[in-house]
Amino acid sequence: MDLFKYTAHELHEKFVNKEITAVELTNCVYDRIAEVDEQVNAYISLSKEEALAQAAKVDEKIAAGEAIAPLAGIPVVFKDNININGQVTSCASKMLAGVHTVFDAHVTENLRKEDAVFLGKANMAEFSIGNTTDNSFYGAAHNPWNLNCTTGGCATAAAVAAGEAIWALASDTSGDLRQPAAYAGCVGIKPTYGRVSRLGLAAYASSMDQIGAVTKDVTDAATVLNVICGKDFRDSTSWEVETPDFTKALVADVKGLRIGVPKEYFGANVDAKIKAEVEKAIEQYKAMGAEIVEVSLPHTAYAVKAFYVIANGEAGANFARYDGVRYGYRNMEAQSASEMTARSRDEGFGEEVKLRLMFGTHVLSKGYYENYYVRAMKVRTLIRNDFEEAFKQCDVLLTPTTPVLAEAYNTEMDAFAKYELDFTTVTANLAGLPAITVPCGMVDGMPVGMQLIGKVLDEATILKAAYTFEQATDFHKAMAPLGGNK
Amino acid sequence: MKVTADIAIRIADLTKVIIPEAEMDAYLEHYNKVFDYADELQKLDTENVEPTTYILPIYNAFREDVALEGVSQEVALKDAPAVHNGGFKVPRVME
Repeated sequence: MDLFKYTAHELHEKFVNKEITAVELTNCVYDRIAEVDEQVNAYISLSKEEALAQAAKVDEKIAAGEAIAPLAGIPVVFKDNININGQVTSCASKMLAGVHTVFDAHVTENLRKEDAVFLGKANMAEFSIGNTTDNSFYGAAHNPWNLNCTTGGCATAAAVAAGEAIWALASDTSGDLRQPAAYAGCVGIKPTYGRVSRLGLAAYASSMDQIGAVTKDVTDAATVLNVICGKDFRDSTSWEVETPDFTKALVADVKGLRIGVPKEYFGANVDAKIKAEVEKAIEQYKAMGAEIVEVSLPHTAYAVKAFYVIANGEAGANFARYDGVRYGYRNMEAQSASEMTARSRDEGFGEEVKLRLMFGTHVLSKGYYENYYVRAMKVRTLIRNDFEEAFKQCDVLLTPTTPVLAEAYNTEMDAFAKYELDFTTVTANLAGLPAITVPCGMVDGMPVGMQLIGKVLDEATILKAAYTFEQATDFHKAMAPLGGNK
Repeated sequence: MKVTADIAIRIADLTKVIIPEAEMDAYLEHYNKVFDYADELQKLDTENVEPTTYILPIYNAFREDVALEGVSQEVALKDAPAVHNGGFKVPRVME
């Protein structure tokens, strides 16, 4: 039985009905990984022994007649920037290759309590910098819908779409959870900044990094949020707010819901075929009783530039810890501590990471700070204000998740044009808003994602709107064919 | 060109990375384009706008002042590139 094709909630039912065991499921997913990962390259490391032990524990509970949690026994892959105690967290960088984590991330602790099964760690852009995995120390990952194409900035969704995991835990700083989810035909949710503790997530841009979930459907997304959200005193930006039962939002009803459509997300810089698919989704919402409102987010064109300055500034500070002293790559020939740090960083980081760290350090230095860094933070305020104004007229915003389909690996693109591809997703990071992507169509054999952005802490409304659309369509049921040649 | 070789060398030193001399011209060409890209932000009037550092209405985060379990010396040294007498060993610090 191809158990890897099912969602977490379907598999949970199968456990409860004693149709399958968690060990069977885990073995089935590892068999699938053995079968296809040579083509997809979604995994950096596997932890089969630990996973099978976790699965066996769940089977014992079921056999003893104990109740099990919704994610118990369900195999999950972690993006390789989230800690699992004792395992390597490489961030897909030579700098951290082989470095073992000495504590669990907060989300990992929560998932352990649920008895989830940890499959291993997924490939990603080096330190999440870049919107493809080309710069991974472990080689680029390939999109299971067409192996010639990119997975986006992380391979978690590729793993889920290829049947190499049932769901994935990932981080989202500029859209690096939602964009790969859209490229792979998955659901991806980034909660409000502060909803999920960042403890144990390798920091990139601390004011925007947020952990979320990549799943096969909206029900699984809500189920995961119930487990990973909540106050953690070890993260000073963890928000002390109530975590509602997100599965209560899984109601198919959008009657009277005001859906804002921002015109800046439907311009000439968005692929016409993607626009056509998203516009069909808008029509579908209208037919289901939602009210469509045209809105404007006038500073959208400046979002990626502001992000670039802020994120690299924060990274410049965060990455100072990678100095070759305590862990990670070290140049062993250097004759002084200063030379050791410079040569270790120079050899341990990839070219794009070095460039960004240079720029980040530069914009924080005297003479540049006010004119670049502070200015970018002011533009961030303008972007937040845009959303505040828009949300006076609507309850959620609907946009394409990405302006293009997953690109082929041989596509020549200017570096700055490539940065700009994040414009549809990065605004939610700058404003700290919750956002979800759901599959809404197919173009040239590749999935198209639609994004719903909600008000701060209002994950419930975007989940409800996404669920309603999903119940009326079949896009989320499509399986990636593993087509094309790598 | 805004960023000259002198400035780039100073920033590379602050960042603790190295720009090889032979690559400096090509590096500067691209690096200045990065600044041109960021300079697009100069087009906006931000005169009376407050900067956003974090989106949360949190200003201080406190917890009970109690000792928590930390990482043991053995675990902390496990992945150290070089160890001496139970500490991290580095090349000489004083020039």
